[in-house]
Amino acid sequence: MFLNMGPSHPAMHGIVRLLLELDGETVVNSDVEIGFLHRAFEKMSEQGGYWQVVPYTDRLNYVSPLINNFGYASAVEKLFGIDITERTKYIRVIMSEISRVADHLTCVGATTMEMGAFTVFLYMIKAREYLYELVEDVTGARVTVSYARVGGVKSDLPEGFKEKTLKALKETRKVLIEVNKLITRNRIFVDRMKGIGVISKEDALGYGITGPFLRSTGVDYDVRKDQPYYVYDRFDFDVPVGEKGDNYDRYLLRMEEMEQSMRIIEQALEQIPAGDLNVDMAGRVIPAAEMVDEAKMGHTSGLIQLEVTADPTLEGGSERFYDNIHACSKKMAVPPKEDTYGNIEGLMNHFKIVMNGHGVRPPQGEAYFPVEGANGELGFYVVSDGTGTPYRVRVRPPCFTIMAALSKLIQGGTLADIIPTFGSVNMIGGELDR
Amino acid sequence: MILEKIKEKFGEAVLETHSFRGDDTAIIVKEKIVEAAKFLKEDPELDFNVLIDLTAVDCLKLDKPHRFEVVYHFFSVAKKHRVRLKVPLTEEDPVVDTLTGLWPIANWFEREAWDMFGVKFQGHPNLQRILMYDEFQGHPLRKDYPVSKRQPLVGPQN
Repeated sequence: MFLNMGPSHPAMHGIVRLLLELDGETVVNSDVEIGFLHRAFEKMSEQGGYWQVVPYTDRLNYVSPLINNFGYASAVEKLFGIDITERTKYIRVIMSEISRVADHLTCVGATTMEMGAFTVFLYMIKAREYLYELVEDVTGARVTVSYARVGGVKSDLPEGFKEKTLKALKETRKVLIEVNKLITRNRIFVDRMKGIGVISKEDALGYGITGPFLRSTGVDYDVRKDQPYYVYDRFDFDVPVGEKGDNYDRYLLRMEEMEQSMRIIEQALEQIPAGDLNVDMAGRVIPAAEMVDEAKMGHTSGLIQLEVTADPTLEGGSERFYDNIHACSKKMAVPPKEDTYGNIEGLMNHFKIVMNGHGVRPPQGEAYFPVEGANGELGFYVVSDGTGTPYRVRVRPPCFTIMAALSKLIQGGTLADIIPTFGSVNMIGGELDR
Repeated sequence: MILEKIKEKFGEAVLETHSFRGDDTAIIVKEKIVEAAKFLKEDPELDFNVLIDLTAVDCLKLDKPHRFEVVYHFFSVAKKHRVRLKVPLTEEDPVVDTLTGLWPIANWFEREAWDMFGVKFQGHPNLQRILMYDEFQGHPLRKDYPVSKRQPLVGPQN
């Protein structure tokens, strides 16, 4: 019998279609069809400036948008060859880990709900709410955060953030203990998870699977540990590894990863130094208050005198001149809105970044930057042709590779097994289809 | 070390290498890509056991002699190192051999590259569109595909 599961199906987390060939209740063969949520992320990224891609990255993995933000920003920073400030690195680590916990909470909660444990879902969403409140405090939004800037972050952590975070983590831990008591040894839950959706180590590597899914098979690979970015090498945390590569291992792994992420957040909050947030084009730190132009102070001797013809369309002076240099603005990150709207230097700075032909321009070249997303390795590959617009932005979505292996995972199992397996894949439509 | 080994093994077939921003990159002729990928995978010192990403770039506006570049990113879980291979393809003949025999994930990655750029992968078992629908006309990530282009409406086929 042939059965269509999806595109509109409550357990399909968004829209994806499974075409199943059944023999009784057993899945003999299947075909996975994706692309229903394709919104041309990569094409749209080629249309505007480098900073304009950040809002699009929010919409990739909408459960942990901050990690996407930072991944993209870091890839462009790598292209420029600049290093961000210490404080920004810590902020990025803290916000990434908060997102990771929120993502795992959603994943485990949704999976258990689909298997009938509605209480767990409500508990976990309650815990996620504490974390989303933190995200809202810092970024001003819950989902479409657009918090990262190329070269920094939008704003500093708010007052009292540390106390509030520690309190939220305490509440989250309470929820995790409750959930642990409810389902970890629950007979129904264990029966439906253990030995279901098994993938071998070799298959997982062959399918390019990363993240919790790969670690559940026993491969110890985590970008945070193996190729540490930001300041991940300064924290004491473990990377949990599974054995069997089944759904139950992945559940346990996600539960443990949340605890480890919370450990990182606590250590980062202890260690975070005071200091500046944003850097300029050459990677120099420019204090936020120092927005006054050198020339305005009368210091003109060090400035380069160049002949510039004005363009009547205001499309950025003479393109001829700007094509030859790869630096023009004092700062690389778009200045805070308070500065843009509050003083002339901030407004000019913003103008110089966003106007076509004036904005930040990396040298020609390409860069790939991987970060550990909640689902696995999230990589951004950015190609620059030397203009202010990215020539090509490619995102390597972690759940794409897992979805490619889904047919293999569900083959031979029963129809009902698809639900927990699909849940543990943690498919995020925005990231999968882009 | 990685690039030296590739150069030593493939000699003339390696057109160019660079390590811009620390990303080791080798540009290799398309005839040798399967052999090179196999070498990367099986050489005990390199041990690139994961095909982490496969995509393409349309070089129409990049002032290069070729039209497309297929970009492969490899990663070694054991050795923790990465390498990027690039294969230039001309507009008249955008065909390259498939890697599906070495990594099953190449199947979907190559389908996506075909869907978005119209790069063909010879020997691919199921080279169909993956993100777009079958009736879609053109390949959207090509630089000569206008961003505002409309597609004909397609309805259910009875």
